[in-house]
Amino acid sequence: MASLTEDSATAGEEQGGVRRRDFINVAAASFAGVGAVSVALPLINQMNPSADVLAEASTEVDVSAIAPGQAIKTIFRKQPLFVRHLTPEEIAAAEKVSTSELRDPQTLEDRTKPGHKQWLITMGVCTHLGCVPLGAAAGEIKGEFGGYFCPCHGSSYDTAGRIRKGPAPKNLMVPDYSFTSDTVVKVG
Amino acid sequence: MSFPWANEYKPSTAFTRYLDEKLPLPRFVYNAVGAGYPVPRNLNYFWNFGVLAGVALMVQIISGIILAMHFAAESTVAFASVEHIMRDVNAGWFIRYAHMNGASMFFIVVYTHIFRGLFYGSYKPPREMVWHLGLVIFLLMMATAFMGYVLPWGQMSFWGAKVITGLFGAIPLVGEPIQTWLLGGFAPDNAALNRFFSLHYLLPFVILGVIVLHIWALHIPGSSNPTGVEVKAEQDTVPFHPYYTAKDGVGVAAFFIVFATLVFFAPNFLGEPDNYIPANPMSTPANIVPEWYFWPFYAILRAFTVDFLFIPAKLLGVLAMFAAILLLFFLPWLDTSAVRSGHYRPLFRKFFWFGLIPCIVVLGYCGGSHATDGIVLISQIAAAYYFAHFLIILPIIARVETPKPLPNSITEAVLASNAGASLQPAE
Ligand code: HEM
Ligand code: FES
Repeated sequence: MASLTEDSATAGEEQGGVRRRDFINVAAASFAGVGAVSVALPLINQMNPSADVLAEASTEVDVSAIAPGQAIKTIFRKQPLFVRHLTPEEIAAAEKVSTSELRDPQTLEDRTKPGHKQWLITMGVCTHLGCVPLGAAAGEIKGEFGGYFCPCHGSSYDTAGRIRKGPAPKNLMVPDYSFTSDTVVKVG
Repeated sequence: MSFPWANEYKPSTAFTRYLDEKLPLPRFVYNAVGAGYPVPRNLNYFWNFGVLAGVALMVQIISGIILAMHFAAESTVAFASVEHIMRDVNAGWFIRYAHMNGASMFFIVVYTHIFRGLFYGSYKPPREMVWHLGLVIFLLMMATAFMGYVLPWGQMSFWGAKVITGLFGAIPLVGEPIQTWLLGGFAPDNAALNRFFSLHYLLPFVILGVIVLHIWALHIPGSSNPTGVEVKAEQDTVPFHPYYTAKDGVGVAAFFIVFATLVFFAPNFLGEPDNYIPANPMSTPANIVPEWYFWPFYAILRAFTVDFLFIPAKLLGVLAMFAAILLLFFLPWLDTSAVRSGHYRPLFRKFFWFGLIPCIVVLGYCGGSHATDGIVLISQIAAAYYFAHFLIILPIIARVETPKPLPNSITEAVLASNAGASLQPAE
């Protein structure tokens, strides 16, 4: 027994203080570590949106029935989507503001499609903590800046859906969309 | 791990002797909460609340497992299944009301338990680990209660889930992917409801595990006591059983009287009526408020309305809310006074009763109210005081205060107060 322990204690000395057993320890631990990580990845990733949730990821909206000054609330990715037909006065009000006084500087052009400046299409999700702002349906209050007003913590958005007052940090999000014809919008 | 004079477990029958050899579970119980655990003789009723928290957890586990037998975690039927429990299941209303109000009782008890620790300096060495494990339990409880509240899938359930997971969205860069990952979608839906149910079932048992560690860590130095003077000799202690099992029994009875009053006479007093409206992702309730036990933290969250440097207001609110709890982990090093008990600390005591307690009551009131400008302003002042209390006032008090003279021992303190009592005229 004594000779055995002596052997293993001195076995690695010739290789500069690294014993053969150290190599085996490091190799075994690394192997197990890589194995554990490769099992953990799918276990973590299963929490991400599943295929059926992602499949609902695009919607078509017919905007022909929305008169100037009106807006509709529809659903995109299980969240409210606001489609608003701006009046010339609302467009003028949005364009009058200089971007330097905005918290999240963007012009109305940045937030609409070329040739479709009267169509303001945004998520109906307050960028503060996610409530649905008021102002899309008839009779709802539109807030100080004539756009949308979030009742949860009092964020006010203007006629371009830009944050003007209150705790929300960003403008109402504009989703990816395109006009497939003059009256049909494909969102997502 | 106890005092040398602790009673030793002596199995009396052949069966218990056999068991003691193979699996000494009775010995373990005897040493943990039986006659083998010596406890200071002067504990007051505030020392009841640890046991009460355990009772509340058992109530939640038993009522919860029964609810899970009738509940369906699927977003189109979850609300209806809770109504089914309320109307059709035999005694279903009783079990659900017990679980709903049991959560409130649990928080009432745990908050009292925490404030006991804050007043009597239980967080100080040698019990820092006990304090830290307690805070871990508190965080787990908050997560459990939040996820449980989502399950009935009413309006507050839905919007609460949206707002709270939205907090993670405030984290720069990775925030939104994290939020989507937590929810398994872009907004709370079936995926979120299912995982919340799974975790809501799991976490109470994790809590149970951490409670074992909490008590294990406690039994190394042993319980503190209202004088904060450590146990010095055998006459300072009495065995846990029968002395404190009896005293705790009185507390447990009182607990159930309050609990039963809520369940039978005011089951919805602490709840939000909006949660009896089925979840509607298209319309936000006029005023989203969490359950009462989250109000102070919600007030801190909403107190931040302007950006500071490059940090947006939303992120500041989230950071402050978490900091309000994480701060308590550092308490053993913020309050450096060698005297534990608030009884012997005249200055500390004033700031505790006239600073911290009113501050938290005000925060709670603000968190439960509609966020008008006035309410936000009051929350800002109270939130500032909350942080100042722990970060500035406590460290300063610890340096400048002259504590009152401490008794030499627990026994001396007890005998002194008995002597005082016997000077009173007889009835
Ligand atoms: C730490 C302990 C626990 C706390 C604080 C807690 C808290 C809550 C809360 C606040 C609710 C919402 C009640 C309502 O408004 O209807 C709830 C619901 C629920 N909990 Fe728990 N719970 C705990 C343990 C458990 C356990 C161990 C189970 C077992 C599976 C469970 C199963 C359920 C079920 C099925 C519901 C949905 C039915 C309902 O809403 O009444 N809970 N829980
Ligand atoms: S969620 Fe809209 S202001 Fe807070």
